[in-house]
Amino acid sequence: MSELVVEGVTKSFSGKKVLDNISFTVQEGEFVSLLGPSGSGKSTLFHLIGGLFGPDAGNFYLDGNKINGKRGAISYTPQSPSLLPWRTVLDNVVLGAEIFAKPDRPQARMMLEKAGLAGYEDAYPHHLSGGMRQRVAFVRALLSPQDFICLDEPFSALDEFTRLEMQQWLLSIWEQNRKSVLFVTHNIEEAIHLSDRIIVLSSNPATVKREFTIPFERPRDQALLLSEEMLQWKKQIYQELQT
Amino acid sequence: MLALNSSTLVQMKNMLAQGWRPVLVIILLLILWEISSRLLDIPTWLLPSPTEIAREGVTSWANYQHHLFSTTKLSVIGFVIGVSVGLLIAVILHLLPTVRQAFYPLLILSQNIPIIVLAPLLVIWFGFGVLPKVLIITLVCFFPIAVATLDGFRQTNQELLHYMRMAGATKGQIFRKLELPHALPSIFSGLKISATYSVMGAVISEWLGANQGIGVYMTLAQSSFRTDRVFVAIVFIMILCLVFFGLIIALEKLLIKWRATEGE
Repeated sequence: MSELVVEGVTKSFSGKKVLDNISFTVQEGEFVSLLGPSGSGKSTLFHLIGGLFGPDAGNFYLDGNKINGKRGAISYTPQSPSLLPWRTVLDNVVLGAEIFAKPDRPQARMMLEKAGLAGYEDAYPHHLSGGMRQRVAFVRALLSPQDFICLDEPFSALDEFTRLEMQQWLLSIWEQNRKSVLFVTHNIEEAIHLSDRIIVLSSNPATVKREFTIPFERPRDQALLLSEEMLQWKKQIYQELQT
Repeated sequence: MLALNSSTLVQMKNMLAQGWRPVLVIILLLILWEISSRLLDIPTWLLPSPTEIAREGVTSWANYQHHLFSTTKLSVIGFVIGVSVGLLIAVILHLLPTVRQAFYPLLILSQNIPIIVLAPLLVIWFGFGVLPKVLIITLVCFFPIAVATLDGFRQTNQELLHYMRMAGATKGQIFRKLELPHALPSIFSGLKISATYSVMGAVISEWLGANQGIGVYMTLAQSSFRTDRVFVAIVFIMILCLVFFGLIIALEKLLIKWRATEGE
């Protein structure tokens, strides 16, 4: 388990400020969503957390250790599932682990089975549907040695039905494992459905506008999506995004 | 494994089903050639008919088969060395970007010198042995491989690269696990071009001075106006190219099983 602290992070690209003084924390075993319009610098924030670049100002701490510009500290899944097309599903899910040590294949098989991917271990990614590829990518993140998972709009390319199914699937798998998750999305309903907390970002440059704590009990099911409270939350967050 | 076998079977059936078209065109052209050379009574030294070429090919097999093996051997040696050099250059230039900036123009310049001009120079420097011949083949072979491989490395998917970097992969791991397999289809495009070039390079190198090889056989035939023998040589050069090409396609099928038939 691990805890991420983002402290006053600012980043500009070629003179244009993309992130402005962003601060928030993700507690141990917490599911936090970053919600904001597309192009609000959310992916940049992930690239910074993952150590692709260093921030202009501010710091990132993971379990109290500074991780500015340090790679391999978190597990990251980009917008596309980013599976290696020449590797089978089984070989793909062990990739994150393989970078640090000899991967545990029996455990990977077990995890694939739990994730509803039994029988697809030896299939290549191009044989799978978009939703299944995302499942494989998430199983890979779970099997990676890092305890902190960053997901960058994983369901944005899926159709509405698959998206709902995948949200439910993600919740059920995550509730068994409880690694800390930072989830980026531009879908309000998705953020409410999945998260313990939602951090609303403004765009150009991105700043933290407001934080919402979502009180719904876990495990959550799909009935939640049609409840009255859901609508209330949606309204409130929508208004926040509008102003 | 079973599914794979059945899919290769289907592919072979498709090849047979579609392969008759080019074969038919070739046969028709040969018939046209045969008829016109008989009707117009073209002298053999000017243009021999296909049957005359075939007869020469069969009856003098014993006289020229050593030329054939010599050229095949030379092509294979040159090809292997040329491909190794090409791959090595590509990997070095890819891993060391400053070296790439310095040497890439030189790489292209090396291809601007016509091989016909360069070959006599190599003979002056290295004599008539195997070395200048292998050098010529290497020079024509390494370039397609080096350029195709470099392009393959550079076209590595950015998101996959981000994933690997953020997952903490080292430069070496990124190269072995991502960039190299990613470049494999490009490498095979380069190999196909180099394979045909290697036969051409071998024949050219033999023209310059050798005691055996298709190039020598061709020069001898040409100076004694044995046009039928020139054609025999051409036929074998084509067959040799096709065999090389076929072997590389077979290897490609074996190594790149994952490739989506309809494209990702």
